[in-house]
Amino acid sequence: MIETAAVTPLSEVASRRLTGAQIALETLVQEGVDTIFGYPGGANLWLYRWLPAYPQLRHVLVRHEQGGAHAADGYARSKRGAVGVVFATSGPGALNLVTGLATAYMDSVPVVAITGQVPSTAIGTDSFQESDVIGSTMSVVKHSYLITSVDDVAPVIREAFHVARTGRPGPVLIDFPKDLQAAATEHVRDDTPVRLRSYLAPPPPDSAKLRRVAQLIRDARRPVILAGRGVIIAQAEEELIELAHLASIPVGWTLLGTGAFPLQDPLALQMVGFMGAGYTNKAVCDADLLIMVGMRCDDRVTTRLDSFAPRVEHLVHIDIDPAEIGKNVVPHVSLVSDAGAALRALIPLVEPKREHEWLTQIDQWREEHPVRYMRRNGLLQPQEVLEAMYARCNDEAIVLADVGQNQIWAALWFNYARPGTFINSGGTGTMGYAFPASMGVKLANPSKTVFCVTGEGGFVMNMQEMATMVENDIDVTVVILNNASLGMVRQFQDDFYDGVRSAVDLTFTPDFVKLGEAFGMKAMTTGRLEDVGPMLDAAVAHRGPVLLNFDIDPEANVYPIVPLGKGMLDFVEAS
Amino acid sequence: MSQTRLLSVLVENKPGVLQRVASMIRRRGFNIDSLSVGPTEDETVSRMTIAVHVGRQQAEQATKQLAKLIDVITIDDITGMRNVAHELLLVRMHTPPDRRPEIFDLVEVFRGRVVDVASNTSIIELTGSTEKVDNFIELMRPYGIKEMARSGAVALVRGEQARIRLVDFDVAARAEREPAAVTGAAGDTTGTV
Repeated sequence: MIETAAVTPLSEVASRRLTGAQIALETLVQEGVDTIFGYPGGANLWLYRWLPAYPQLRHVLVRHEQGGAHAADGYARSKRGAVGVVFATSGPGALNLVTGLATAYMDSVPVVAITGQVPSTAIGTDSFQESDVIGSTMSVVKHSYLITSVDDVAPVIREAFHVARTGRPGPVLIDFPKDLQAAATEHVRDDTPVRLRSYLAPPPPDSAKLRRVAQLIRDARRPVILAGRGVIIAQAEEELIELAHLASIPVGWTLLGTGAFPLQDPLALQMVGFMGAGYTNKAVCDADLLIMVGMRCDDRVTTRLDSFAPRVEHLVHIDIDPAEIGKNVVPHVSLVSDAGAALRALIPLVEPKREHEWLTQIDQWREEHPVRYMRRNGLLQPQEVLEAMYARCNDEAIVLADVGQNQIWAALWFNYARPGTFINSGGTGTMGYAFPASMGVKLANPSKTVFCVTGEGGFVMNMQEMATMVENDIDVTVVILNNASLGMVRQFQDDFYDGVRSAVDLTFTPDFVKLGEAFGMKAMTTGRLEDVGPMLDAAVAHRGPVLLNFDIDPEANVYPIVPLGKGMLDFVEAS
Repeated sequence: MSQTRLLSVLVENKPGVLQRVASMIRRRGFNIDSLSVGPTEDETVSRMTIAVHVGRQQAEQATKQLAKLIDVITIDDITGMRNVAHELLLVRMHTPPDRRPEIFDLVEVFRGRVVDVASNTSIIELTGSTEKVDNFIELMRPYGIKEMARSGAVALVRGEQARIRLVDFDVAARAEREPAAVTGAAGDTTGTV
């Protein structure tokens, strides 16, 4: 039976008879959710039947479930403490979430996906739009649940939020059969903390190890810190700055750690690794003490594994996930801890010091290996567009980048002075991520300027979300760096695959101005430097979404870059 | 150097847990020798005994990745500990009347049991360590094995104390559970699991 009584607000009434769908929506409100990205279909229609009864839940109708998953991810990444929420129906709807869930999983983003499922009595019969969503998503979620009783709806959702947002955050999927959305039960709101015997908070950092790290810092001649996204998730940027200043330790970062440490700080290095700054790689390779905080240390950081930090005498790895420690590089000292807890406990043990020779050496490398680009042929360079764009950003502006050359250019050519101001798909490298994610970012941060940097390839992958953006008047400026090719792939083919250009030509792309206008976006295009500034000014002044196409030098490449299979010090610079 | 490691894992007794464990092990590229799962004294908990063929660093990764699964409650690497690890073997032998005494004598030596006798075949049951079961099979082979079924090992550590206890959110119990740490020879990769 369906409860059709009008919904009273979360009330004084201790127990009410509600349907599974209502209980789910009430529990989302209880968990602090205010925005849901979603797409209705046969198997989640009871959720949509009741959604209008909860005006505190803003529903954004995306135009493809993948866009919904990325938007929820962007929402969560850019709003501290928030969990992104996405709804999809069974079968194809749910399966369209897979890439978005994988993206959130690799980058440790708290997202809860609620998928409709065929009625519990029909599961396993290959009924219409049935697919094994739990099985299909198992390796790309932190955890997943199949609801098997209407009495489990609230406990499962509460547990899902707890799992998604605590420890190393990640996406959680809830598969919700249609009949259980309709079934009714007595609902009593439960506010007791969720506790799972199989999922415990990590213990405080080991004090003996902390003392050991402090001692290593004292004895080090050439210390370096590398910071990852874990620092940003833990909101430990102040602690990182304090530790670095206390012992004068230079700090570099991973792609996802961008913003964890301000570039204008005298101790700042830059991004490390495959496409990191030459001087960061030099510092890491010469360091005698390397402290890695809140990072996985994947192959984009290490390049060829045996070239990573060859002179290091003591490698310290701090991460909240024990499985990350020793997975790729084996540290001498490990701390399984939230980055903030570890740094806060470490700081009082560290003595002030300054290794003048080392810092002088790093300054010299910084001068010898600047991050730079060359102007060529009078063609518009991507960095020129980005510099003009960044000139219109304050510290608070948020920049998203898609995947490929645009991502690295966007990462390297700006001083992201604050955490959470640069957002991109680092782990999975999901093309098509940035544009839908930027909707979530702007909705989570209505007062901030949001730029979405993308290529013409990645933009087209999820461009259907222009409709969502215009419908909801989401004020994002999309900056397409259009080089009429899949630029990063083209660069790899030129340099590492015998120079054979294969399937990378995107000369045949839509007229982006007409395309944007067809969706109702303000749209402009240019290939000339003198237009860049005025176009950006017009975009920023315009209230509402804007699409800017910049035809850039088609041969512009990403530098520095470590050639495939080479080591950290083999980086090639712009020349 | 690769070796077979024996992991004793307590998991929530919920649908899909076996798939989560198997899926993780496949995805990370670990080789399972055997995996057995069954109920425990607590009906909400199942015990999996996993024999996994891995190198040392891989063993640590396998343990840590297993521990990350939300439905895995505790995990204990009991390789090399004083443990009882037994497999069950059922084998249907070709036993024409004139060979029966000889075969049944060997079954006796291995403390196996004849559980079914037909005119020309018999089913023999044997429990014991993997090595004992292997040896018995080799011995039986010349007589003619018709078919066989073999379980993976199930194991408990010898001695008075239970190795791992379920967490009841009591501080003391939690502290007791923490030292399940693995330290690599080359460095410190300690993590509570």
